[in-house]
Amino acid sequence: MMKPHELLESADFKGLVKKRWAISIVLTICLFVLYYGYILLVALNKPFLATKIGEATTLGIPLGVAVIVISWVLTAIYVFWGNTTYDSEVKKLKDRL
Amino acid sequence: MQATQAPQALQTSLGTPTAAAILFFLAIVAVTLGITYWAAKRTRSTKEFYAAGRSVSAFQNGLALSGDYMSAASFLGIAGLVAMKGYDGMIYATGWLVGWPALMFLIAEPLRNLGKYTFADVVAFRLRQTPVRIASAVGGILTVLLYTTAQMVGAGTLIKLMFGLPYQWAEVIVGAVMLAYVLFGGMIATTWVQIIKAILLLFGVTILTIMVLSQFGFSPGNLYSAVAAKYQQAALEPGGLVTSPVDAVSLGLALMFGLLGLPHILMRFYTVPDAKSARKSVLYATGFIGYFYIIIPIVGFGASVIVGRDVIKGIDAGGNMAAPLVAEVLGGTPFLGFIAAVAFATILAVVAGLTLAGASALSHDIYVSVVKHGQATEQEQVKVARISTVVFGVIAVLLGIAFKGQNVAFMVGLAFAVACSANFPALLLSIVWKKFTTQGAVWSILTGAFLSVLLIVISPTVWVDIMKNPKALFALRNPAIVSMTAAFVVGWLVSVMTKDAPAEAKFEDEKLRTYLGVGAE
Repeated sequence: MMKPHELLESADFKGLVKKRWAISIVLTICLFVLYYGYILLVALNKPFLATKIGEATTLGIPLGVAVIVISWVLTAIYVFWGNTTYDSEVKKLKDRL
Repeated sequence: MQATQAPQALQTSLGTPTAAAILFFLAIVAVTLGITYWAAKRTRSTKEFYAAGRSVSAFQNGLALSGDYMSAASFLGIAGLVAMKGYDGMIYATGWLVGWPALMFLIAEPLRNLGKYTFADVVAFRLRQTPVRIASAVGGILTVLLYTTAQMVGAGTLIKLMFGLPYQWAEVIVGAVMLAYVLFGGMIATTWVQIIKAILLLFGVTILTIMVLSQFGFSPGNLYSAVAAKYQQAALEPGGLVTSPVDAVSLGLALMFGLLGLPHILMRFYTVPDAKSARKSVLYATGFIGYFYIIIPIVGFGASVIVGRDVIKGIDAGGNMAAPLVAEVLGGTPFLGFIAAVAFATILAVVAGLTLAGASALSHDIYVSVVKHGQATEQEQVKVARISTVVFGVIAVLLGIAFKGQNVAFMVGLAFAVACSANFPALLLSIVWKKFTTQGAVWSILTGAFLSVLLIVISPTVWVDIMKNPKALFALRNPAIVSMTAAFVVGWLVSVMTKDAPAEAKFEDEKLRTYLGVGAE
């Protein structure tokens, strides 16, 4: 049995919290690059998005769809990590209390 | 292809209540009221009224979150924007999704683990209750009121356009039906209404997309070629919507972080049993909403070719009737009736969710926590929650009638700006920063709320477009980049200047609960 305070001070707990935020921040940065990159492309380089990739289809169309799809994939990565690795670490730490 | 079709040839039954529309509408109301009757018997405690007894599954909550988020404005508005402006509408569509991953990475789990019924529970977790609850309720209620006004005005206008019902009648019907859901069925009924609405909306738009694509040999490429043939290649290229990078990023910030401060969305996280289901529900919601925003532009492009911009504009200058019109051309009056009824259900559900969020801020945050210092019996709390619901429902109808005919499109943007400036910074700082103080939270919330409102009033959106002044006093159309930053800076600065020993002392408890879920309700 461990006191809550000892658990909070333990290297395992601190490491887990650190890892959780590291993953959150890396994924948030990916999201920022993805979305604001796209928006800035729209604002600053319209001809690039107007490039034709088919008879009439422009590059902007698949890129817009890709922003949505990749956003979902980033979410999925976090949820997968949270529901497997993070939750099992949490369970181990909680058992020490 | 269809380019030769004469624009004036279209006969539409829009604006006349057809048998099909009334039938679908009555069916939806009957089913949802039936559910409300069933839910009412399961709504006795505050936990049931506000949080559906925390018994909603991840999949159900994913649908309900989508239901709360996908409004009639995004269904009809984005289809219309794409039909009238082409690619620019698609840029707008992407912005509506990107808040969801941010919500997941930054606050979903802490929110679930720390809170009980409202996001103010999290902000006030270790800070002094009275000032923080009042400030959070100001931010929360302001957001909800702005969003509600936009929805109610939209509701009256759309129902008038689709069913030919007088505006005031539409307001009263929406108000009465949604009040029945919330008042008697609380969160259980509201959740099921959202689920039904989300399924109907996703189903309706999917069918519409398939019907549009069937006209073009199921090839989006052919559809785009037809668009280019009729409206030049420019319809498939970014146009005038996004020009100033700072303005574009500011709007993007409001859309992304505004979601993290929308009370009616945040409150859904208390309806699931634990953090694991909270995570899964975000993944489902992001999937449904992402799918929705990917296929909506196809409907919009299809409408511009099959119906034509002139005809769409002739019925509603804003282009909002693009989706219903293309539904009528491809599926006839019955399908139009179905789509109209789905749009109606969409409005009802969103307003119900907002009313529940507004009522919970009034009753749980103000009455129970501030007036009664947390000392109220279950019975009393449920009673106050129901009274607040009625108050809020009446306010919603009155706001809808008061703003009749006004341009309220900016109010959705403003709601997101207030949410990301007033609610989100305090929420995030209270979760992650040990030295965040009561004064820091209060000043951060008030700065964010008042600055975002002030800046939008003197921005081109209101100062020039609505108040017809020649030049705006503040250059950006959306103030988020300034007001959200200011809220963070003020929260930090005031916290550094003040000391809140009890709050620091409670940070350990909070951490245990935030990261491990120990003691989570």
